[in-house]
Amino acid sequence: MDITQSHSAPTPQALKIAKLQRVQDFLFYAVTQFFALSVLIALMGILISLIMNAWPALRSFGPGFFFSTEWDVVNGEFGGLIAIYGTVITSLIALLIAVPLSFGIAVFLTELCPGPLRRPLGTAVELLAAVPSIIYGMFGLFIFAPLFAEYVQPVLAATLGQVPGLGILFSGAFNGIGVLCAGLILAMMILPFIASVMRDVFEIVPPVLKESAYGIGCTTWEVVKNVVLPYTKAGVIGGVMLGLGRALGETMAVTFVIGNAHRLSPSLFSPGTSIASTLANEFGEAEAGNHLSSLFALGLALFIITFVVLACAKWMLNNMEKKQGLKT
Amino acid sequence: MNTITNVDQSIFSKRKRANKIGLTLSMGAMLLGMIFLFWILSVLLFKGFSAIDLNLFIHSTPAPGSEGGGLANAIVGSLLLVGTCTFFSTPIGVLAGLYLSEYGDRSRVAAITRFVTDIMLSAPSIVIGLFVYAFIVAQAKHFSGWAGTIALALIAIPVVVRTTENMLRLVPGSLREAAYALGTPKWKVAFKVTLRAAQSGVMTGILLALARVSGETAPLLFTALNNQFFSTNMNAPMANLPVVIFQFAMSPYDNWVELAWGGALLITFAVLGLNILARVVFREKVQG
Amino acid sequence: MSNMKSMFDLNQIDSQGGKVETTNQQSGQAVINALEVRNLNFYYGSFQGLKDINLDIEQGKVTAFIGPSGCGKSTLLRTLNRMYDLYPGQRAEGEINFYGQNILEPGQDLNLLRSRIGMVFQKPTPFPMSIYENIAFGVRLYEKLSRSEMDERVEWALNKAALWNEAKDKLNQSGLSLSGGQQQRLCIARGVAVKPSVMLLDEPTSALDPISTGKIEELINELKHEYTIAIVTHNMQQAARVSDYTAYMYLGSLVEYGKTDEIFIKPKRKETEDYITGRFG
Repeated sequence: MDITQSHSAPTPQALKIAKLQRVQDFLFYAVTQFFALSVLIALMGILISLIMNAWPALRSFGPGFFFSTEWDVVNGEFGGLIAIYGTVITSLIALLIAVPLSFGIAVFLTELCPGPLRRPLGTAVELLAAVPSIIYGMFGLFIFAPLFAEYVQPVLAATLGQVPGLGILFSGAFNGIGVLCAGLILAMMILPFIASVMRDVFEIVPPVLKESAYGIGCTTWEVVKNVVLPYTKAGVIGGVMLGLGRALGETMAVTFVIGNAHRLSPSLFSPGTSIASTLANEFGEAEAGNHLSSLFALGLALFIITFVVLACAKWMLNNMEKKQGLKT
Repeated sequence: MNTITNVDQSIFSKRKRANKIGLTLSMGAMLLGMIFLFWILSVLLFKGFSAIDLNLFIHSTPAPGSEGGGLANAIVGSLLLVGTCTFFSTPIGVLAGLYLSEYGDRSRVAAITRFVTDIMLSAPSIVIGLFVYAFIVAQAKHFSGWAGTIALALIAIPVVVRTTENMLRLVPGSLREAAYALGTPKWKVAFKVTLRAAQSGVMTGILLALARVSGETAPLLFTALNNQFFSTNMNAPMANLPVVIFQFAMSPYDNWVELAWGGALLITFAVLGLNILARVVFREKVQG
Repeated sequence: MSNMKSMFDLNQIDSQGGKVETTNQQSGQAVINALEVRNLNFYYGSFQGLKDINLDIEQGKVTAFIGPSGCGKSTLLRTLNRMYDLYPGQRAEGEINFYGQNILEPGQDLNLLRSRIGMVFQKPTPFPMSIYENIAFGVRLYEKLSRSEMDERVEWALNKAALWNEAKDKLNQSGLSLSGGQQQRLCIARGVAVKPSVMLLDEPTSALDPISTGKIEELINELKHEYTIAIVTHNMQQAARVSDYTAYMYLGSLVEYGKTDEIFIKPKRKETEDYITGRFG
C-alpha cells in the first residue's frame, strides 16, 4: 500500500464541496444571528411603540401625569398615581410575605429535607410556580376573598387595627377583595418562583464550605446564616428582585381581587387598582384619544419600572454565577 | 478538665434553641407552601369537575343569559393559537439559541442579546399585548388570531432561546472537536452533532415554553380578543380559554361561572401535564 | 552519558531548535515527510506554549511525542490539524508544511485540511448516532457513495479498527452502547474511514483499560503501513512499543528527536535520559 503525495491532495469533488460549505457556514451564521437579534429588535419595538402611543397623553398632562390621582373618563382627565400606587403596594405586600416564606422553603429543601423527598418536593414547588396566574385569580375571588372577609379581616382590625398609627391601615368595610387581598394572592403566586430561585442559588454553595462550618460544631441554622447566606447574597437579592419584577407585571392574579376602583385610600382593606388591572379592564373599551394614550403611558411606566428591576436582578445573579466560576 | 462551665452551657443551649426555631420555621414554610398547592389544586378539581362533561367539548360558549353551552370554540381556539405560536417560536428560538452557544463566546452582541432575553423572560405579558395591539391590530384595524399568536410567540421565544443555549452549552467541547476533526463544516457540527446530542434538553425547553403560553391571558386580551362563536379563522378574533375564563368568571351568570371553572381545570391540567412531560423527557435522556 | 552533546555533532539537536536531521540520511534513502514543522511558536494569549519547534514527521511511520505534563506535546499535535483555530486567543506562528503546502498560511480551507489530517482524542467521543452512521458521517462529507459502497466502506473501516466482529450485528445501535474500549476503536474506525493521509492520536489509550490499550496498540502497528501516524502519549513504554521515531519535549521546547530505539537506549541529551529513566517527570 503506498502513500504518495497525491494521496494528500483533495479531489476536485472535495474542492467543490468545500466551496459550498463555506457558503453554507456563512448562511448559518447570518440566519442564526438574525434570529438572535430579533429579540433585541422586539425590545426596541416595544419601547418605541409604547412611547409613540403614550406621547399624546404625556404631552397633554406633562410629567405630572404620574403624580395625579385623576381618572375621569368622561371629562378626559387622567393621572397615573392610583394605578402606580396599587402596583407598588400590592407588590410590596407580596414580597413582605413571600420572601421569608421562600427563604424557609429554600432552606428546607437544601438543608433539612430527607434525601428521597428532596426531588418530589422540589418538583412540587416548581409545579406550583407553573400554575397559570388566572387560576390564582379565580381562587382568590371565589375562595380566598370570602374567607378573608369572614375570618381574617375582623381579626386584623381587632388586633393590629387597634395599634395607634396602624389603625388607618385596617379600616373600612370587610369586603374581602381589596389591596391587601390582592397582595396576599400575589404573594402566593410569586412564592414558589422565588423559592425555586433561592433553592438553585443555595445549591451552588460548595459543600466543603458548609462542611468546614459543621466541622467546628455549627448548628444547621448557623451554617445557613453565616456561610450560605453571605455566599449567596447577590443571588438571593437577585432572586427577590426577579420575584418583584414578576409581581409588578402580574395581571390576572391581581385583577380578580383588587376591586378595580380608582380610589386612593390609606386603608389596605379598600379596593384599588394596579397598572396591569387597569389595562386589563379598560383597554378593550377605551376610545382613542387621551384615555387610550393614558393607558399606554401607564403601560410604558410599568415596562420601564419592570425592566430596571429585572436588569438589576440579572446583574446580581450574573455576579453569583461569576463566583461559581461559570463565567469569566 | 473537660467540664463545661455554666456559661458555655447557656450559650450552647441558646444556639440550640435558635437552631430549632429557625428550622421549625423553615419546615413550617414548606408545609404552608404544600398546603397552598393542595388547597388550590383541590378547589380547582372540585369546582371544575362538575363542569367537565361531553357538552364542554361539543358546544361553543353560550350567549349571555342562555343556558348550558360548552367551551368547544375556546378549546379549539387555544389549540390553534398555542399551536401556531409553537410552530413559529421553535425554529426562531432554537436558531437564536444556536447562535448564542456556537458564536456567543466571542461576541458583545451575544452578551447583550442574552441579557435582554433573560429580561424578556419575566417582562409583564400585558405590555407585550399592548405592543402587538399597537403594532398589528391598530394597523390592521381588527383583532386576529395571528396577532394573538405573535404576542404569545414574543413570550415563548425567550424561553426557547435560553433553554436551547443552556442545553447546547452542556454538550462537551470534545464532541464538537471530534466532528471538526473530520472536516465537518460548522453548520453541520451544530445541527447533526451538537443539537442532536442536546435534543432532549431542547425539547424540554420547547415543552416548557408551550406550558407557559398555554396559561397566558393578558397578551391575548387585546390581540386575539375572544369570539363567541366557533371559528378557525385566524384572521379574525379567536376564542380562547384564558380570555373566556376571564370574562365568564366575573360575570353574574351561574353557567358562565361553572364553565370558567371547567376551563380553569382544563388549562391547569394542560400546563401541569406539559411540565411533567418535559421533566420526564429530560430525565429519561439524562439517565438513558 | 553527559558529554554526548559534543561527540555527536552531526545529529545534534539543541533545545533552541536547530536543523533536524533524520537518521535515514545516513543510509542514503530519500525520505518523504508528510509534515515538516519549521520554527513553530504557539501562544495561548500571552503565554507561549511552543518555542521554536523544528521537526519532520516521516510518511508511513509512527512518530511519538513524549514528555511531562504541560510540555506542549498535545499543543503541538493540535497545531498539525489547526484544531486550535476553534478558540480565539490561540495562535501559531511559523510554518507547517503538509506535503509542501504551508497549512499555517491564511486562507486555508480548514475543513478540507482536517479531512486529510484526522484526529482521535483521549476521551472516546462517539456521535449520538448509530454505529453505522458514526462512520458514514465523515465519509459523506466529501464523497458521494452509493448505499452498497458505503456499506463496504463501513465494514472496511470497522475491520481496520478490529471492531467488525463485535459490531457487525449491531450497526444500527447507538455508538454510545459500546464499551469504552470499543468506543475508542469506533472513533479510530471513524477517522480511518475517510482515508486521510495522516492520523493524529492524542493520548488515545489513557482513558482505557490495559486490554483495550493492547488492542489499540496492535491497531496502530497495523495502520502504520498505510497511514502516517503521530501519537502523543504520557506512557513511555507505549511510545517505545509502538513508534518508529520519538520526540521528547519539555516546557514547550523540543529537547530531542530521533529513532525510537536510539532515544530509549542511547539518548543524546541528559534531560531525555533523566525523563526516560524516571529520575524526573
